[in-house]
Amino acid sequence: MNQELLHTLKEIMPQITGYIYPNEIEVHWGLLIVVYPYITGIVAGAFILASLVKVFNVKEVQPLYRLSLLTALSYLLVAPLPLLSHLGHPERCFEMFLTPQPSSAMAMFGFVYAWYLMAVLLIEIWFVYRVDMIVWAEGGSGPMKWIHKVLSLFSRDRSESAVTFDHKALKTITIIGIPSAFLLHGYVGFIFGSVKANPWWSSVLMPIAFLFSAIVSGVALVILLYMVITPLTGGKINMKCVDKAVDFLFYAVIVDFTLEFVDFIHRIYQSEEEIKILSEMVMSKLFMSLVIIQVLLGMILPLGIIGATKIFKRRFTLNEDLRKMLYFISVLLIQFGIFTMRWNVVIGGQMFSKSFRGLTTYKMEVTGIEGLLYTLVLLCLPLVILTVLMKILPPWKEMREEDKSLEGGTPGSLPAPGA
Amino acid sequence: MPLSPFAGGGRMNGRRNFLRNTLAFLVSGTAIGGGILKLFPSSALAKEAPRKGKWYGFGVSVDKCIGCGRCMEACKVENDVPREPFFFRTWVERYIIRKDGEAVVKAINPNAEPMAADTSGDRSILRSFFVPKLCNQCADPPCAQVCPVGATFQTADGVVLVNEKTCVGCRYCIQACPYGARYLHPVTRTADKCTFCYHRISQDLLPACVEVCPTQARIFGDLNSSASPLSRFRRMNKIHVLKPALNTEPKAYYAGLDGEVR
Repeated sequence: MNQELLHTLKEIMPQITGYIYPNEIEVHWGLLIVVYPYITGIVAGAFILASLVKVFNVKEVQPLYRLSLLTALSYLLVAPLPLLSHLGHPERCFEMFLTPQPSSAMAMFGFVYAWYLMAVLLIEIWFVYRVDMIVWAEGGSGPMKWIHKVLSLFSRDRSESAVTFDHKALKTITIIGIPSAFLLHGYVGFIFGSVKANPWWSSVLMPIAFLFSAIVSGVALVILLYMVITPLTGGKINMKCVDKAVDFLFYAVIVDFTLEFVDFIHRIYQSEEEIKILSEMVMSKLFMSLVIIQVLLGMILPLGIIGATKIFKRRFTLNEDLRKMLYFISVLLIQFGIFTMRWNVVIGGQMFSKSFRGLTTYKMEVTGIEGLLYTLVLLCLPLVILTVLMKILPPWKEMREEDKSLEGGTPGSLPAPGA
Repeated sequence: MPLSPFAGGGRMNGRRNFLRNTLAFLVSGTAIGGGILKLFPSSALAKEAPRKGKWYGFGVSVDKCIGCGRCMEACKVENDVPREPFFFRTWVERYIIRKDGEAVVKAINPNAEPMAADTSGDRSILRSFFVPKLCNQCADPPCAQVCPVGATFQTADGVVLVNEKTCVGCRYCIQACPYGARYLHPVTRTADKCTFCYHRISQDLLPACVEVCPTQARIFGDLNSSASPLSRFRRMNKIHVLKPALNTEPKAYYAGLDGEVR
């Protein structure tokens, strides 16, 4: 018998208000399941930012292209880990591939994931880096030379026709990739939105709200990474690019905010059976995380800040450092906002009883597989993977595009792979 | 003919169907259509009982329950449910409706002193009663629909079971159950729920909770047999089910159910 679990449940018991079904004391989907939609959201959002460059030809955000692809990949590699760690029997996870239940949305995870990883992201990155990898393999030495040789699958064709083909292939993959990215995160929203037993989740808006919050978190994270990595590697932040990306982020936050607001108004106006317990939950257990952090600090405040930089454009164009700082604060706040949104959806959905008569509580553990420390490791892991990826496949070529024209540098002056 | 898309489910059928679908996909691509269609419960087909064979259901006579808790005790003993007060296949709720409309609900604690059933002394109480709860063994079980590996499945006689050898412990079924009838077994780390004491009913015995109920508030039987106690119970009483709006087609039928009960 799991003594720790019993101990936790006993601690929760006095904090229960009203009546809950006796099996509802334990919150079954904890911190790990909060992390899962957060991470997949970043994947989808980062990819959509990358596709802005390729499909919609937004030239200004070109420096973010490779960085966003690598970000998407490093987060995608981590995405299944929280799910896997959460299973009661992780060793049976392959059953989902071997005997998937066709009626279950969750059974589709492996297939959606594999499709996105194999058919979209890896192929796109391969085509983006193919010629570069050939160049690096030819010019490099030691193990890095071999890594690039193997990664380029020993291709050596740098002819014009081959490069043209690469571009064509890239365009096609991105066009397939956008709906796939939508599918990946819309599907995560569907997993929650389709649970009819749970009125906090059961909403047709859930997949689409998840999708837009995904775009928001992905774009915000790539901007954040760009603003941190560029100075660290001795580059200069291209403000035109950041301006444009923040522009895009601004509109995405507005759409996301509108969607969630519509959902909120709709629930209150409809005022179904569960509305009393839901409003009680929002006003007591979720007040801090939903009203204060998610809505005020995570949405309205950054919207206000970015909005101010737009309204007083002239003043802010003069002071680039101030603008940089304001953007930095905004994307950081948005990041926290989206994470708490995941928290409020996942944990909030389990705090009220399906008898609509009472509220339970969630007690976060510090250690253990469902604990805070492990979650922090999971949240840092993509950044470690990203660092490794950036060593093997440096994204500087497009990140420093602006530098070259500014300083008249040559591609040779860019840091070499592995540097 | 399986009347539910999940009827006779489980591991083998899942694998067979998957292989069949994959083959069909390779040949004609029809598996996509078939797969997508299977995402939706074919409710129109699933609602009725099969014409032949057994189709089990449960009856609860709310007025007869005295809240003694013997059913909970019997269930825990019979099915190796953990003794701690957090895991239940069945439980009994106690409702007190006050004159001002306020409803006070509690679950009975089987280890505590029995609650006084007689509330006639308290003038502020309008009425009070006990409501036994258990898995509703839905004809359209949302838990079986969402299980990613088909570990939760419906038998041909309408009982929803969990195969603990294939359950991955993702707990999606626990989230999908509107009745709070499921929990994760702390020892096996798999989902667990009421089975109608399948090991007993398959030998023509009654479920443990029905057997021990001193007032016959719990009734079990075959809905396809008009002579069964359950069919008789359904004929003789006005019947309600819990949360009918969710269209899960519960097979736990309540007589004398109060509107306050959810």
